[in-house]
Amino acid sequence: MLDILVSGLLLSGTYALVAMGLNLQYGVARIMNLANGEVLVLGALAAFWLYTTSQVSPLLTVVLVAPVSFAGNWLIYRYLLKPLVRRSKSQGALEVDSILATFGMSFIIIGVMVSIEGGFFAYKYLSEPISIIGSTTSLNRLVAFGVAVLIGGGLYLWLNHTRAGVAVRAVSVSTEASGLVGINVPRVSALAFALGGAITAVGGALISTFITLDASIGVVFTMKALIIVIMGGVGEIRGAIVAAAILGLVETAVATLIDPGLTLAAAYLIFVLILLFRPQGLFGRRAL
Amino acid sequence: MKPSGWLELLIAAALVVLAAFVPMFANGYWLSIAVTGMMYIALSTSWALFSGPTHYISLATGAFFGVGGYMVGTMMSDYQLSFWVPLIVAPLVAAALALLIGIATLRLSGVYFVIFTLGLAEMIRNLISWIQNNFLGSRGLYVLTDFRDHHLYWMLLGVAGVIYLLGWIVNRSRIGFALRIIGNDETVARHVGINTATAKVIMFTTTGFFAALVGAIIAPRWSYIEPNQVFSPQLSFLVVIMALLGGAGRLWGPLVGVIPFTIIWEWVGVQFPNQSTLFLGLAFLLIVYVLPNGVVGRIEQLRDRIGEGRS
Repeated sequence: MLDILVSGLLLSGTYALVAMGLNLQYGVARIMNLANGEVLVLGALAAFWLYTTSQVSPLLTVVLVAPVSFAGNWLIYRYLLKPLVRRSKSQGALEVDSILATFGMSFIIIGVMVSIEGGFFAYKYLSEPISIIGSTTSLNRLVAFGVAVLIGGGLYLWLNHTRAGVAVRAVSVSTEASGLVGINVPRVSALAFALGGAITAVGGALISTFITLDASIGVVFTMKALIIVIMGGVGEIRGAIVAAAILGLVETAVATLIDPGLTLAAAYLIFVLILLFRPQGLFGRRAL
Repeated sequence: MKPSGWLELLIAAALVVLAAFVPMFANGYWLSIAVTGMMYIALSTSWALFSGPTHYISLATGAFFGVGGYMVGTMMSDYQLSFWVPLIVAPLVAAALALLIGIATLRLSGVYFVIFTLGLAEMIRNLISWIQNNFLGSRGLYVLTDFRDHHLYWMLLGVAGVIYLLGWIVNRSRIGFALRIIGNDETVARHVGINTATAKVIMFTTTGFFAALVGAIIAPRWSYIEPNQVFSPQLSFLVVIMALLGGAGRLWGPLVGVIPFTIIWEWVGVQFPNQSTLFLGLAFLLIVYVLPNGVVGRIEQLRDRIGEGRS
């Protein structure tokens, strides 16, 4: 029981981080990015590849992967998604276009990753056991949790206590009103999308230290991140943290008590309950 | 009723009759491609019945298709029933599943629906593998019938014809009109008194029914059924691409997309077996950036432009 609590909460740290990334992309840039999971796996692939070929510590990879993913996602937004934002007549049309375009990107990323590494991204990093309040877990989970909390906390402070952060939050509330008060909405949207992508890739590098991934697993993480964002309420950071904790705990409980193959089914069960009883999210103020 | 409507139906009927002769001329390799093509024609035409007018991208095709294939496998192999029993039961089960999914997600905005259907095939596959491993024992499921490729082809052609006829009737009915208004502006639809959720749920249930029917018909082709094989998420994406490539705005639009894409997809699978995912991604980008209304939409746009130039 205690084991479930500890490893579930440790897992939810990275989940919360990844959901924050998606939240920035969907809540601020208004792009439903279904290639999110593939960006995550790309981060994991970078960590795996650098570690196995040149023994680069995944923690160092995190530092390398963030600016690369930031630049990559900025380019994607600037050259592939912004034309869609401009041509769309309504939010609904933009959603359909961005969903299809990001599907395309996700398949292209998968195709590229398969040609780099077709098998599992298996490597051992900091996998020695460690004991926390009477429960044994592995050190890499604890480290990943610590780094996720550090980055997530930094992001939270940035959003709440800096000028740029407030601008990002303003755009998430209303694009039109932010434009009126002199915020450069396209710039902030691009920034939020790129930042979200960077955070997602970092999350992937962290997850790869304790979960073995492969090139085609991305969609599962996209689903999980989306479920967390919807459960927490779009644009709600505290909601996302609570939702990630719930998902992490439920998944770990299902995996240890019933079967590891049923974690996705457990996530779906949560999803259905949220849709039926609280579609605006646990902390959300308005429906999508 | 406009005469063009009857003409369209007449052309469709003539095409069905012509298509029925294909197995006489094609055999072996080409007949097997024809079966695949006919399967996608049925799937993507029925997909477009719901997703065409409403613009709700459904990725549940693979899940319903899998329900059809898997039920044929388990009912014939575990319960020694005749092929015809699952052929009737599976579509009803899938329709019930679609009804539940529709009730849970279609009252809300379209994003929830897309997300929900995105992982659906994978989730059902996990669930069935778990049930099979823990309660049924991991036996193989065999589907042994006397059907050859041309039998499957004719059955699929029949289903495709029925779907087309249904689509033709729906387009001229109150529900088809309601769906088009929903697709243009859902708020307007609600304000003019359309029960938007009911209209969407009915049509989504219909597509679930047909996807499972196609999955059940095609099952004898494999003779050995595994959850991993029938619940393929890729199928859902292929159906979306083919329908949108042709143009989901017209009933015959998906047909225009399926035929070339099936042949190209077959060719890619042979020539570049490892790059097929990459190719799938490029096809999506092509649709979004070059052919947002499909080939049919592009042709109509050109025709309008020529028409304007003349007048």
